[in-house]
Parts: sequence; C-alpha cells; structure tokens
Amino acid sequence: MVDVAFGPEPGQRPNLANPREAYLDMVRRKRMYGGILLVIFVALMASGWMLADHRNAGGFWNGLHQVLDFPSEVLSEAWEKRANLPGIFWDHIPALIETVNIAAVATLVGALAAMGLSLLATRGLARWPRLIPVFRRTMDALRAIPEIVIALVLIFILGGGPVPAVIAIALHTGGALGKLFSEVAENADLKPVEGLASVGANWSQRMWLGVIPQVAPNWLSYALLRFEINVRASAILGFVGEGGIGHDLKLAMQWGQGRYDEVVAIFLLLFLTIVVIDQLSDHYRHKLVKGH
Amino acid sequence: MTDATLAGPALAETVTRAFDRKRRLAFAIPAAILAYLIYAAISFDIASLMARARFDNAAILLSDFWSHKTHVTRDNRTGKLTVAIEGEAKGTYPEGRLPDWISTSGDTTTIDLGQGNIVTYDADGARFVVPGYGTIDIREEGGRPVLTAPEPIPDWISVGENRIGVTTPAGRFNYTRSKVETFKYEPGWELWFFTLDSPLYGKSFGELAALAVSGERLDPARSNLALMASEFWTNKMWRHGDVAWAIFETILMAFLGTITAALIALPLSFLAARNFMSLGPLRFAARRVFDFVRGVDGLIWTIVLSRAFGPGPMTGAIAIALTDSGSFGKMFSEALENIDEKQVEGVRSTGANAVQRARFGVIPQIMPVFLAQVLYYLESNTRSATVIGAIVGGGIGLLLTQAIVTQKDWEEVAYYMVLIVLMVMLMDSLSGWLRRKLIKGE
Repeated sequence: MVDVAFGPEPGQRPNLANPREAYLDMVRRKRMYGGILLVIFVALMASGWMLADHRNAGGFWNGLHQVLDFPSEVLSEAWEKRANLPGIFWDHIPALIETVNIAAVATLVGALAAMGLSLLATRGLARWPRLIPVFRRTMDALRAIPEIVIALVLIFILGGGPVPAVIAIALHTGGALGKLFSEVAENADLKPVEGLASVGANWSQRMWLGVIPQVAPNWLSYALLRFEINVRASAILGFVGEGGIGHDLKLAMQWGQGRYDEVVAIFLLLFLTIVVIDQLSDHYRHKLVKGH
Repeated sequence: MTDATLAGPALAETVTRAFDRKRRLAFAIPAAILAYLIYAAISFDIASLMARARFDNAAILLSDFWSHKTHVTRDNRTGKLTVAIEGEAKGTYPEGRLPDWISTSGDTTTIDLGQGNIVTYDADGARFVVPGYGTIDIREEGGRPVLTAPEPIPDWISVGENRIGVTTPAGRFNYTRSKVETFKYEPGWELWFFTLDSPLYGKSFGELAALAVSGERLDPARSNLALMASEFWTNKMWRHGDVAWAIFETILMAFLGTITAALIALPLSFLAARNFMSLGPLRFAARRVFDFVRGVDGLIWTIVLSRAFGPGPMTGAIAIALTDSGSFGKMFSEALENIDEKQVEGVRSTGANAVQRARFGVIPQIMPVFLAQVLYYLESNTRSATVIGAIVGGGIGLLLTQAIVTQKDWEEVAYYMVLIVLMVMLMDSLSGWLRRKLIKGE
C-alpha cells in the first residue's frame, strides 16, 4: 500500500511539506549539472582547438592575417586580366557540364538503386521480410564508405575519367537515399497495396501502382536535395581525383601565379552553378512537398 | 437532368484525358531517363573505358587486400641474396633468420613455393620446377638470359630480350641480367603485430601470453607487456600509432568544425529570422551571408584556408566550420520562424528581457531541431573530414591518398578503408544514440 502511494522506486522523496525548499533544491541541482557539463564542454572545445592548432603546419594567429592575402592576390591578378574572363568561362563550360553530368548520372543511378533497396528494406512492404536486415546493413555499408575511397581505388583500375567518380557517388547515393526513401515508405498508406493484392497484383505491381505514387513527391524531393550535394561532391572528387571542373581548378591552382584569372573564373563558375542548382532544387522541392 | 447529361460526358472525357496523360508520362519518363543515360554514356566515353580498364590492376589489388608477398631477390652481379616482405627495407629478413621455405648452401638457394614448385638459384642461373609442366631452366650466356623449357612455351612464360618472367598460381618469377626475383604469396597481413627487427617477431599467441604473464624480461628496462604495447604501437610497417592519431585527427576536425559552426550560427540565426529581426535590410544581409558561405563550396574554403594556415587538422576544422555555419544559420533561422509565440509571450509576461525571453521561451523550442541537425552534421562531417583531410593534408584521408598514390601498398589501403568504415559507422551509431537520448529522452 505504501509502495503504491510512493511509487515503486525506493529512495528519498521530495519533502512535500516544504515545496519551495524542494523546488529550489531541484533547480540548484539542475544548474550544477548544467554548469559542470558546460565546463567540460568548454574545456573540450578549447583543448581540441589548441591541439588542432598545434598539429597544424602554420599556427592560427600567424595565419589569421594571411587569410585575405591569397584571395586578394588572386583577385587583383584576375582584375588586371578581366578581359580574359569571358573566354576562360567559355573554355571551362565542357568541364562544368561534365561535373554536373557526373552528379546527375550518379544521382539517377543511385536513386533508382535506392528505390529498390528501400522497398526491400521497409517493414510491411518488403518482398522477402526475412531479408530486411540484409538490405538495411547493405545500405549502411554503402553510406559508410566515403566516395573518395571508392573513387581513388577505381581510378587505379579503370584509369582516369568521369566513370570512377560516377560509380563512387552512385554507390554512396544509393545508401544515403535508400535510408531516407525507406523512412518515407514506412509511412505510406497500406490500403492501396491491400486493394491491389486483392485483385491479384504481384509484388512489383503493388509497389509500382500502390506505393510509388504515394511516396513519389517526397522521394523526388530527397533526390533533388541529393543532386545538390552530389554536384559539390563531384567537384571535390575532380579536385582529388580526375575529371570535371575540380580537376581544372587543381591544375590552375598548381600553376599558381599567372593563371589566377583562370582560378577566379573556375571559382565563379562553380559558385554560380551551385547557387543556381540550390535555388532550382529549393523551388521544386517546395512545389513537390507543399504542393504550390 | 440536363446537368447530369452535361456532366456525364465531360467527366468521362476529363478522366480519359487524365488517364491518357498519365499513360504517356509513364512511358515518357523512363524514355527520358534512358535517353539521358545513353547521352551520358557517350559523353563519358564508356566504350573506350573498357579498353583502358586494367583488370590486372584489379587482380593485384584484390590479392593484396588479403595476402602479402615475399620477394626473394638475388643480385646477379654480387650474388647477394635479399629476402624482404613486399620488397621493403623495413620488411627485410636479417641474415641467418630466413623463413623456413628458403634454404641456402654456398651459392645455391632453394625456394620452396609449395605443392612441388621449387625455384633454385645457382651460380649458372636459375631453375623453376613446375609440376605437370617441367623444368624451366635459365642460363646466362653472353650476358643474356637463355631459356630452356619444354616446348611449346605456354603463355604464362613471357620471354623478352633481356627479361624472362613466369607467372604461376604458386608465385611469380622474374629473371633479368641484373637480378633474379621470386615472389611468394601468402595469406594474411604480414608483420601486422611485430616487425622482423622486434624481439617478439614470430612468437605465437600462447608464447606471447606466457611472456606477458610471467617469464623473463626481454628488455630489462620494462615489463614484457609494456614492450609488446610499444613494439605494436611503433610497428614500422603498419605504423599503428600514426594511424590512430590520424583517425583521432579526422574525428577532431569533424567535431570542432561542427560544434563551432553551430555555436556561431545560433546567435546569428536570430538576425535572419523574420520574427526576431524587424529590420529588413539587416535580415536580408544576414541571409545573404549565410547563402554566400554555404554557396562557396567547402572545397573552395579549404583551398583558400590552407594557403593561410598551412596543411593540418585546424585548417580542415575551420573549413568545415565556415561551410556548415551557413547551412546551420539557414536551418536555425527557419526553425526560429516556426516557433510558437505563446511561450515567448508567457515568459514576457513575467517581465523577462530579450535575452531571458530567448533563453527560456525560444531556445527550448528549437533545441530538438538544433540537436538533431548538429548530430546529423557531426556524423556526415566525419565522412567529409576524410575527404577534406586528403586536400588539406591531415588525418586518415591523407594517409589513404598517400597509400593509394604509391600504387603498391594496397594492403594498407585495405586497412585504412576498413578503419574509415568502422569510424564512420561508430560515429553513426554514437550520434543516433545521442539523438535518442537527448531528444526523445529515452
């Protein structure tokens, strides 16, 4: 009886005779915990930055006043040769198209793979419910491997060019989108699927006609977001590996002084492309999800 | 009545038209995708890719992933024999401690490759006995290797002007004027625990355990366990200590970058939220700053910053912090615009000032979004930090790219890949656990 009145757990009860005291006590304790956490956090951050500073080739305070040196050097040279810029833009358009194509093909292939994977890994929709964990772990593994690892290994086998980057990004996209797609599909209404099952539709028909129409807007929205991310990834992979505008940027940077106008032109192209794609995908995602 | 007759055909027509449209779309979309992929295949030059692809490289890579090779090299001019794992100086067997499949007597060296494959180096040249084929005999005549082998010569023996190569499943063999080499492949990553110069090399787990628990000190200055730890940590072949540091550096970059970005973005996002900043131009400016920082890609920031700060983990952390503060600023300001004003009003009614209102009325509301986004970014930045590390020269990304560039240490590449995947998965589950703990309060 006493147990019921005071709850199942043993231990000290708040003193109900003096609620003010008990409340203040609780507040004090909460503040103390918060304070301790804050101190630990600040110490962690400070020591982390100091360690990173120490391991860096140049120190933070030495470098701080040089941050603008490189951009200003580059910009001033580019300003002198500003007449060249339109021509350089034109020269690098094919590389830019290649970068965007890498991202687009990788997103497309990755999204198609993610569609299959996610449906197979969603509870209630899976073709083989026993294999759900297998498909989930597959997606986890695909997501965990950074693109650069796959890309560099594939460059060794396939030689340079855009294909290693496409495969690397597509694999990662398949894993990342698969997880998001499966979360969307989990919330899909099962009534159309049951209806289709009752008229004898097979699994692919049930998915194609019963699930895909429901989830298509959200899936498309995620795929667009991924495309945005992949354009950046494809530029970076070009810089580290081969192909696309990233590679051109690296070559121009390595050349150094004398080709800074090219560096600026490529920076601008990349920046504008990313902003335009961001805006477009933002607009369409709004349209898809909110319906206006 | 008239309504019904009028609506009837019109409705049917609308539905049919909608169906037609859907049917056309159902074909048009896959067709468009296919057309695009074909265009891409042409522009990426897939046809010549197949010709350029080096599947022998793939074979080397795959075999290196799970096995290692030992080079048995004899210098044909001096007659000096070197036995080295992966042909590296730090993997060279000291004289007198050769592996048991090599035996020497005078000028003659016998290498047992297993299953009856036996290579013999002697004063005149070398012999390779391949079971089921015969003896490949190489003599040096007039400064050139001359091959005698059962005819016809199969295609796994390559005969050149100055070089004779034999590739068999048991091992590879190369004879040139200057040297003769045999490669023996064995499964496993050799020297993973201790290198050849360590006193602990070649001991079994049982012996090591016995040494650790009791037994004579190998190094009088410290206990055997400490010796084992330090010999393992400073392993010259695999550099476990350096690798652990690199992993730590990568996680450090991600952690510092993400948390700093969140701390910068949180106060600034108030400037960009409509309900907190009534001054239009300032709000516009704040938003454009976020857009700019976000739009100038992480790649560009990384390049610019590494010019100023030099290579290292701090440069990477600052690059991550800069890029992500833009993304965070945008997301937080959107979350701020969607908060419930009632809570703020309640706090205001007690006479709270602006900072107190923000602390007790606003922050608790956006905390779930804040934490979820920060944790999600922490997770994905662990991956980005690997790539950024490759550009700025820090962390595991640098080690990985260096190992790949040498194009021979593939076992190290495999090791780093495994470590990276484990690291990312660990951060994945850590952030998932924290998210559940902090947001759902489980």
